[in-house]
Amino acid sequence: MPTVSMTVNGKLVKADVDPRTLLVQFFRENLRLTGTHVGCDTSQCGACVVHVNGKAVKSCTALALGFDGAEITTIEGLANGTQLHPMQEAFREHHGLQCGFCTPGMIMTAVDIVNRKGNNLEEHTIREELEGNICRCTGYHNIVKAIGAGAKNMGKAGGATQAAE
Amino acid sequence: MYAFTYNRASGLRQATNLLGSLDDPKLLAGGQTLLPTMKQRLASPANIVDLNMIEGIADIELKGRSVVIGAMARHAEVANSPIVQQNIPALAYLAGLIGDPAVRHRGTIGGSVANNDPNADYPAACLGLGATIITTKRKIAADEFFKGLFETALEGDEIITKISFPVAKKAGYYKFRNQASRFALVGVFVAKRPSEIRVAVTGAGGSGVFRVTSFEEALKKRFSPKSLDGLTVPANGLAGDIHGSAEYRAHLIGVCAKRALEAADK
Repeated sequence: MPTVSMTVNGKLVKADVDPRTLLVQFFRENLRLTGTHVGCDTSQCGACVVHVNGKAVKSCTALALGFDGAEITTIEGLANGTQLHPMQEAFREHHGLQCGFCTPGMIMTAVDIVNRKGNNLEEHTIREELEGNICRCTGYHNIVKAIGAGAKNMGKAGGATQAAE
Repeated sequence: MYAFTYNRASGLRQATNLLGSLDDPKLLAGGQTLLPTMKQRLASPANIVDLNMIEGIADIELKGRSVVIGAMARHAEVANSPIVQQNIPALAYLAGLIGDPAVRHRGTIGGSVANNDPNADYPAACLGLGATIITTKRKIAADEFFKGLFETALEGDEIITKISFPVAKKAGYYKFRNQASRFALVGVFVAKRPSEIRVAVTGAGGSGVFRVTSFEEALKKRFSPKSLDGLTVPANGLAGDIHGSAEYRAHLIGVCAKRALEAADK
């Protein structure tokens, strides 16, 4: 089987994989990083969003072999030890979830929105930018609130994003 | 997904050789269509040739009076490129409407154009701006490139390397989205070029993207939404499905064309 190596959450990992292995399967099954979820498996729902070289990507629509040498951050890589990332903290604070299944993808997308659009996000912008993430509980209201607050706190935390990436 | 052999191309020549020598090969660009299709077992290539590690085929530059975009440029890169935004803002706007933010980080212009999905956005821009598709073998005018549903003029061992978009005097795009898939139910791209006027429609054609010559004629007098008053497109030959009948799409073409013209004037 062909070999792939990449840096996941700061750690260099290497494995022999079946070419069919999706990036999300590689995280979940090879690395046992099960925080990245598979919701729809058809690249609609966004539960599988991770950051590849600093950009949000749907890891269910990517072959692991295609990411040789990539720098990847999954939801497990956001917190600083026991200290939650400001976006995670905002989701906790504002109860930006109901069942929690979509939460890892929501948070990874939220951090990506802040990276691209800055710390002061209009509600409308957040809703538009979330179009690739589906919450089956339809708990969007608090998710949007959490992202707005998390974005501001990421600004105050100063460089927290950079450190996590 | 059915089993396949993965091949990583390091250059265009190697990719071309792989296409010529391997059994049942398929190029992988951004993978945002190919991989879901393979997962559903609607495609089952024996060999994948991955283009993602090839350097220098994703540049965006202004060459003379054309914006030239490398085939592996991601939708997000086209949408955010100052060169595209300043010279053909309608093209940057169109790229920003494709899929969702994460899909735009992976999907490529070359992949989209080569796939020629009848509901995709880029074919409308190519045909509407009179673009030239540049491949490893030749240059193909957009008018000659799109051949039908998911069909193009590309040969089996031919790879798109760049797409050259002539800068228009005015251009606009309006997309009426399918609410579930975010693809165009109907999308209309209008452009006023020094030599001609083009109106290209995606999403509605029974055999893919097409031009509306009656609209183009009417717009020669004045490049304005008013010029299209009273004009309609026949439903005959248009696509009809559970998302919208051919008659509905015919109506939307008129509406979208007017809105694209309004956008072109801003």
